[in-house]
Amino acid sequence: MAEFVVKVNGRNRSLEVDPATPLLWVLRDHLKLVGTKYGCGMGQCGTCTVHLGDTAIRSCQFPISAVGDQPVTTIEGLSEEGTHPLQKAWIEHDVAQCGYCQAGQIMSAAALLKRNPNPDDSQIEGAMEGNLCRCGTYLRIKEAIRNANA
Amino acid sequence: MEILNTQSNRRSFIKSVAVSGGGFILGFSWLANAKGATGAESGEQIEINAYLRIGSDGTITIQAPNPEFGQGVKTSLPMIVAEELDVDWESVVVEQALFNMDLYTRQFAGGSQSVRAGWNGLRRAGATARHMLKQAAADQWGVSFDEVATGDGRLLHAKSDRSLGYGEVAAKAAKVAVPENPILKNPEDFKIVSSTKKNVDGKDIVTGKPLFGVDVDHEGMLIASIVKPPAFGMRLKSFDAASAREMPGVVDVIQIKTFEDDYQRRIFDDNAFPDLVVVVGETTWQTFAAKKVLKVEWEAFDDTEITLGTWGGGSRAAVIPGGLESTSDHEEKLAKLDEEAGGVARKDGEPEAAFDAASQVLDRTYSAPYLAHNAMEPQNFFADVRGDKIVVEGPLQAPQFIEQTVSERLGVPIENIEIRMTRMGGGFGRRAYCHYVVEAALISQRMKRPIKLVYTREDDMTFGIYRPAYRMRYRAAIDENKKVTGFHIRAAGIPESPLHANRFPAGAYENYLAESSSIQSNITTGAFRAPRSNFNCAAEQCFLDELAETVGKDPIALRLELLQRAKNTPVGDRNDYDAERYAGVLELVREKSDWGKAKPGVGRGVAAYFCHNSYVAHVVDVVMNQGRPVVERVCSAVDCGIVVNRGAAINMVEGAVVDGIGCALFGEMTIKEGVPQKNNFHQYRMIRSSEAPKRIDVHFVKNEIDPTGLGEPPFPPVFAALANALYQATGKRLYRQPFVDQLET
Repeated sequence: MAEFVVKVNGRNRSLEVDPATPLLWVLRDHLKLVGTKYGCGMGQCGTCTVHLGDTAIRSCQFPISAVGDQPVTTIEGLSEEGTHPLQKAWIEHDVAQCGYCQAGQIMSAAALLKRNPNPDDSQIEGAMEGNLCRCGTYLRIKEAIRNANA
Repeated sequence: MEILNTQSNRRSFIKSVAVSGGGFILGFSWLANAKGATGAESGEQIEINAYLRIGSDGTITIQAPNPEFGQGVKTSLPMIVAEELDVDWESVVVEQALFNMDLYTRQFAGGSQSVRAGWNGLRRAGATARHMLKQAAADQWGVSFDEVATGDGRLLHAKSDRSLGYGEVAAKAAKVAVPENPILKNPEDFKIVSSTKKNVDGKDIVTGKPLFGVDVDHEGMLIASIVKPPAFGMRLKSFDAASAREMPGVVDVIQIKTFEDDYQRRIFDDNAFPDLVVVVGETTWQTFAAKKVLKVEWEAFDDTEITLGTWGGGSRAAVIPGGLESTSDHEEKLAKLDEEAGGVARKDGEPEAAFDAASQVLDRTYSAPYLAHNAMEPQNFFADVRGDKIVVEGPLQAPQFIEQTVSERLGVPIENIEIRMTRMGGGFGRRAYCHYVVEAALISQRMKRPIKLVYTREDDMTFGIYRPAYRMRYRAAIDENKKVTGFHIRAAGIPESPLHANRFPAGAYENYLAESSSIQSNITTGAFRAPRSNFNCAAEQCFLDELAETVGKDPIALRLELLQRAKNTPVGDRNDYDAERYAGVLELVREKSDWGKAKPGVGRGVAAYFCHNSYVAHVVDVVMNQGRPVVERVCSAVDCGIVVNRGAAINMVEGAVVDGIGCALFGEMTIKEGVPQKNNFHQYRMIRSSEAPKRIDVHFVKNEIDPTGLGEPPFPPVFAALANALYQATGKRLYRQPFVDQLET
């Protein structure tokens, strides 16, 4: 066990956990931020995607000890009122079916738009390739990203 | 206008109750639809009831009775009530109903039946309330009932130019006698039904609200995780928990038995691993970590007799075969059945004579492996058992079945069990098998604490309940004039045959024979999106494609010709499809896809199918790019009767297309010595963003037929339309799923 102070969604949070604990479980079990989802536990499905600084990471593969002083942003902190252009586009295009993977999808897309505000279709696919959607909403996801960007 | 009786059959009551604050609640419960009108897929109960609440402030709260797993019923079912109530959709608040067999029935997600079974009941719910509100307004104004109209949640009296909000007369309406024959709208007057309404949970989904079972959190809750045998055919022998108990955060390590040995298993109680070791800990990570240091010994078991419940409440003895099975053995056994006559499911005319006299026989065999459902949310459930009271909460498709199992296993009366249904992170059939609810309840009972059971992805993927493994041999007898004179299907599966003997093209061939065989196994299987159809269709529609080529006909023209024959001079009287509606989707897809105007280098394939009361045809356009298939476009034609929520229906078809392409190209679970050979997404390939079609166009046949299923019907024909397109693109017929390895060599 060790003490950590992590900056999550703009707030400093202190906690005492095993340094090997993945950020995913710190968010979900300790900080009760459950918008970030568990899907595979090995960085294969993308449901656990959050931002470390401006970079999308798989929080299930990222130990809390490696976070340091970089700010963490989760789906709950992407915008104050759910009004990030991607969140609005997701609602507008009625993207979700079951909805389980969508927070991770949005976080991957948000990181893409931060580094490349005008991605072409192959750049969108490249950035989103790590996020599985079992319901098959990929076309709407891509359409929402294109239009959030427009 | 249509008049429906509210006093139909048993349990015929509607109750209205005034509530404090001046609103009213309308509760109703009746048989919503004639049982098995056109044959419910699996014989499940087709009953529904619902519940709506009107506040004095005009707020309309509608309960969504059925579990939501992405099929959209939390939005579409309340839309039907709101339509007949004649309110502005924006004023409606939707709530997920509790599981309650007294208020609702068929609170089940499966068989693509929620909208179909709910349709009449939900319409009556809205119409009954509207009638009572109109009567209350008529009484208040002292005018006749017929002079009161409604619009957007208001009561209107044109002659005197007066109006009232629903909320203003809700309290009085509650005292109006419940009408026996509320008047329903004409479909052409629908404003909400057939429009597009966005997912009522859309905002909560994109802002990360705790909607799912795995998000459930209650005071004092511990986390539990299972350790199960590594192989089918094995069971627990002993375990040593000493080192696991030393791990940080571990509260206890216990053993549970999901069934007692003499337990009569109900429908959906399928479970290869009823004896489990369970680690209970403070946090999920600690609990998962402790599983890894637990020392467990397993042993193979011999043939084991069990008693199985059957549809309709009966039971039968069954044997779970002992032994450690492998996919290679399964394939050998299935291949042998190609040459063995199976049980005759249907025979018309003299098929043997037709084959003896044939100048040519087209003979092809198709196969498909086990599939894991792989819903994105791994299995989980919350349970809080206190004495003889049980609260369980989480994702499940079949609450009414598991409630009985929980009651019997824990010895708690059903009325003391509260089941809360959360939004599900996918289901696809897997969550009809809710063994994890019993497991969670047993763990909580033992621990005397609220617990949340959470499966790892590996637990989820290796637990079984797979789509069965299938094989089908198709033969056609062809005479010297290229006329098909006989049709023969030999279907087999582990553990069940995929055959639907009375589906098209049965009814179109004079001489027809369909046989079925099955092989028992200790590997558990279960319903997977469009059970049996998902393979029956693939084999049949690929064979018809090759048959069309063999006799020199266009594949759509061949099907339409057969359907014309099935309509005009049907063979046999058990054909379970409507040939005209079937032809309708083929004609629509032919028109919308510009069939016959294919672009050079683009492979086009077609397939159509009928299941779960709906008709779907797809045309797939595919090009090969460096050995990799790129689906450029899919054009879909669907006849599911009235479309309730248009945008969501299109989304559902798009999803089924993507899912079908993914399963056809990549989907496969193999077994070696009882051990599932894939346990996570690094091994089990799922379709990803770049592999989805570039474009999907969905077209609906416009009619006023009561709505039928949509979650499943678009899925089966994707496999064959893709295979037929890949043949056109590569010159190679694909007989064995998954296809990817045959393309990328």
